[in-house]
Amino acid sequence: MHRYERPKDLETALDLRAGGEWQVIAGGTDVFPAMVGRVAPRPLLDISGIEALRRIEETAAGWRLGACLRWSELRDHSLPPLFDGLRKAAGMIGGRQIQNRATLGGNLCNASPAADGAAALLALDARVELRSRRGRRELPLAEFLLGNRRTALAPDELLTAILVPASRGEARSDFLKLGARKYLVISIVMVALVLEGDAQGVIRRAGIAVGACAPTARRLPLLEERLLGRRLDEPLAEAVDGGVLAPLSPIDDIRGTAAYRREAALVLLRRGLEGLATAMPGAA
Amino acid sequence: MEERAGVRFLLNGRPVVARSAPGERLSRVLREEFGLTGTKVGCDAGDCGACTVLLDGTQICACLTPLGQVAGGRVTTVEGLAGEDAPSRLQRAFLALGAAQCGICTPGMLMAASELLRQRPRPTPAEVEEALGGVLCRCTGYRKIMEAALLAAGDAPLPAEPAGAVGARRTRLDGPEKVTGRAAFGADRAPPEALELRLLRSPHHRARFTIGDLDAFRARHPGILRILTAADIPGRNGYGIYPDLKDQPVLAEKEVRHRGEPVLALVGTPEAVRAVDPEEVPIVWEPLPPVLGIDAALAPDAPLLHPGRPGNVLIEGRVRRGDVEAALGEATARAAIAVETSFVEHAYIEPEAGYAVRRGDRIEVFATTQAPYMDREEVAAVLGIPPEKVRILPSVCGGGFGGKLDVSVQPILAVAAWLLDRPVRTVWSRPESMAASTKRHPARIRAEAGADAEGRLTGVRFHGDFDTGAYASWGPTVAQRVPVHATGPYRVRAALCTTRGVYTNGPPAGAFRGFGVPQAAIAHEALMDMLADRLGMDRLDFRLRNALRPGDRTHCGQELGEGVALVACLERLRPIWRRERERLARDGRGEGPLRRGLGVACMWYGLGNTSMSNPSTMEVGLSADGRLTLYNGAVDIGQGSATIMVQICAEALGLPVESFTQVLGDTARTRDAGKTSASRQTLVSGNAARLAGLDLRRRILRLANAGPDAELALDGPVLRVTENGRVREIELFRLTADADGEVLRGIGSWDPPTEPLDADGQGVPYAAYGFAAQMALVEVDTELGTTRVLRIWAAHDVGRAVNPTLVEGQIEGGIAQGIGLALMEEFVPGRNENLHDYLIPTVGDVPEIEIHLIEEGDPLGPYGAKGVGEPALIPTAPAVLNAIAEATGVRPTRVPVTPDRLLAALAAAKTRG
Repeated sequence: MHRYERPKDLETALDLRAGGEWQVIAGGTDVFPAMVGRVAPRPLLDISGIEALRRIEETAAGWRLGACLRWSELRDHSLPPLFDGLRKAAGMIGGRQIQNRATLGGNLCNASPAADGAAALLALDARVELRSRRGRRELPLAEFLLGNRRTALAPDELLTAILVPASRGEARSDFLKLGARKYLVISIVMVALVLEGDAQGVIRRAGIAVGACAPTARRLPLLEERLLGRRLDEPLAEAVDGGVLAPLSPIDDIRGTAAYRREAALVLLRRGLEGLATAMPGAA
Repeated sequence: MEERAGVRFLLNGRPVVARSAPGERLSRVLREEFGLTGTKVGCDAGDCGACTVLLDGTQICACLTPLGQVAGGRVTTVEGLAGEDAPSRLQRAFLALGAAQCGICTPGMLMAASELLRQRPRPTPAEVEEALGGVLCRCTGYRKIMEAALLAAGDAPLPAEPAGAVGARRTRLDGPEKVTGRAAFGADRAPPEALELRLLRSPHHRARFTIGDLDAFRARHPGILRILTAADIPGRNGYGIYPDLKDQPVLAEKEVRHRGEPVLALVGTPEAVRAVDPEEVPIVWEPLPPVLGIDAALAPDAPLLHPGRPGNVLIEGRVRRGDVEAALGEATARAAIAVETSFVEHAYIEPEAGYAVRRGDRIEVFATTQAPYMDREEVAAVLGIPPEKVRILPSVCGGGFGGKLDVSVQPILAVAAWLLDRPVRTVWSRPESMAASTKRHPARIRAEAGADAEGRLTGVRFHGDFDTGAYASWGPTVAQRVPVHATGPYRVRAALCTTRGVYTNGPPAGAFRGFGVPQAAIAHEALMDMLADRLGMDRLDFRLRNALRPGDRTHCGQELGEGVALVACLERLRPIWRRERERLARDGRGEGPLRRGLGVACMWYGLGNTSMSNPSTMEVGLSADGRLTLYNGAVDIGQGSATIMVQICAEALGLPVESFTQVLGDTARTRDAGKTSASRQTLVSGNAARLAGLDLRRRILRLANAGPDAELALDGPVLRVTENGRVREIELFRLTADADGEVLRGIGSWDPPTEPLDADGQGVPYAAYGFAAQMALVEVDTELGTTRVLRIWAAHDVGRAVNPTLVEGQIEGGIAQGIGLALMEEFVPGRNENLHDYLIPTVGDVPEIEIHLIEEGDPLGPYGAKGVGEPALIPTAPAVLNAIAEATGVRPTRVPVTPDRLLAALAAAKTRG
């Protein structure tokens, strides 16, 4: 068995990270499955003991979610409706055992095309905070997720926080996940929706993301644009048509065909928007 | 290795210091360092939840948690659930309600439920479901687990242990060890000095290979003591179910025929064996174009998998009765259908595991299995030694469903232990297990049926091709069993039912709960609906009209005796069917895109081998100190034979269940009770247990010079025989004990009376049949193609329920697997060799199930009882498919009916108008 370090503070972790090739581990729910029948390819740098990375903080600019925050902690945390979709996603990632260990940061760094958290955070305009001994940088999540299992994380960096901008008005959000069974579902398609309205109920910001239909979760700018200026209580589903799916490039795999994914994405988008319009949670 | 301080934590309330590497999986630390093997490992990937433990009160997968993360924490395992001297209320509720079957998921379920009960003492059913959503169970169908968790949460007293034997809801006798984590499954026991064995497997469906310089490889890995190849097999390098079809090599020679086929075995210290990267083992592969699927295998220019099997056809099966052309020609209504099914994985949560020890000129193999005596034959032949020199010790079996009827670890472990003369163990990883183990046969079926104006079936024509994969395994059984069942449980004037087993480079398809009959039932039950609709008849009444009755002749020409209660099953369901149909008519079929439908399906199933002798022998002994021992060679794979054999024997003997202990499955100490397959143990071994009990009773009565109605009572070493108020005492301690300590023994053997089938399949294939009818209510989302099963009703002709709790457990578990077959299970070699891509139903996918046990008694069954293991599964998928057809107006013909397939079928139907 390789070396294993579990520092208590970020500075030590960054020092270690800079000093060698590590497999970073937090919840372990992606690292260990990749090692079935194999030994660890690299020594393990366990960052789950760094308490500072497990906080939820409200700042002037919005929210700072520690990278090592567990999905169950987010799921059970009292947060404004802006986070309803993300919290719903949190309750659908694996079983309870997974939610109790898996972290927000891990979900992003693992960069699975079917990462539930990625779609939900993308819809929230989330940015990621990356730290190294060289300093700190921020990236929009869309620029962090480069492809299937590929991110912009440098070898000496750690993802330390996810930054979600505050909503400016009334926010509503939802997350719809489609799978072939009830629990322990890897999404065939998932849809994350965030709408923010002004005092008159006019949509001023829309964040719509679809997961499991491209190498990474993708936003749907055309649909978002169509939603702007409409009222939250309008029949929004009619804004959805095949054209809005242009950023997607779904594939055929054992969970579903590409054609099915497109069709299902449209259905989930319509349902999600209808649900938000009536302020009722959508049905997945 | 550097000196380590160790990781301190509280383990089940006691402070401990773990010396394992801090990056090691907690599951391995618990099992290997602390010997707490109650925490099970089913996948090492967080997909099955078997390793669920509590960390600081919250459920986690121990397989995903590095030891270092529990430093300073509180870890609770199943061993820590029980109080000082008694199991917890939750554990007792699991026992009382039959929530544990094979027991491999039980610790995980218990821990997940205990997290919930600590957080929410009065949970709702929905909360229980959420809490258990991360633990997979393949046996129970989850219903009894849900009920047990809810019962444990309340204040209601737990049901008391009932008195009596046959017919009583006795707690399963192997239950206490399963709910406390003490039960020893294949991976739970091995001599401490055992070496570890690891197989290197083909990454290709078909390839030639050459093995390079193994000495150089070993020089780099000093902990590897031996590398075994085909050349090292001392005896026959081949195994298989049929004596003339030992076509599956223990280790491949020159060519591999399926992905996952083993080519060499590394034997050495656990550390050394685990450290090997398969890539560095010097094997040079030359991939060849694989033959995948039935079409490819039957193509005129297809490469041949095995010599002597032209056209890659392993075997053909056929039953012909009457003139089917004429019968179909006379029909008023005709219907035809083509159905296609997939490879289905057994997905028992316990992967293959065991160990072997050589003792002089003998070998002992401890392993998870369904068939110890067949294992003994195979191991003997592979070693080239007489079977008497081989002892098989079955572990507690963590699920089988047919997948542990073929040998897995046994031969190679025996070879390694034999050659090295040291104990050797192995545990297959989940991907290995899924790549290498047998599967349900994919079937391609064309069937046609006709009925006259009165709604009586005239003729059935059926042909099914079955992809038997790379090796024969149970392919011949499937090819022979299917034609005998392909008409469905109905009277039919003429039938022609044919099958072919076809070799491909797929995984070996073998035995899986129903031997091809579940696939065939999808076809015949579709035809029944189609014919009823064409005749304007009610679908259930149409089945009732045609249902086989006592005295009818089957299409094999067999005249059925009593013990044919399909009519009773259908009549039991009929008022429910009417009510539910009326409800659908009244309330509508659903809102928006949702559409509801109700389906019904029937099945029959011949119990035991098809026209082949398959005897069982049981022995019971009474010791000088007044203890009864049942020498029970029938392996309990979770279904409960270890409990009901005692119930039956106790009933026959007239002494209480409590007086019994058992010797289970050990081939050195029990007689051959055959294999746990073909739903045969209740009927066949049950009769043997009954006869053994009667035999011992006869001996006791003779000793006491008492008549047949005398009552027996054990009082320690004294056996009291009471007749007409007169008491005779037999002082057991005065009798001479044999080597086992028994002073009296009874023995019983039983073989179901069958007759050979002729070239047209005419004869008596089975002595007894199980019958059933099930109904499914489903809701289809017509925009997404998803299907939710809302409720199942199941009426089963079980003859007599020896233990109703266990019978219900079999039915619920079979239904869960039937739902999986219908909706989600499709194994694709190389694509989903894990339990997150290969989907089996979770606790949220199995609806409420209403069970109706029909107990009219089978004349051949022990106290009227007969098997239900396979019958439970067979009607479920057809009922679900029929319900989908009713809900949507589109009949699915390809299973599983995944959302994308159903949506495509709905779209195609719309296009056709």
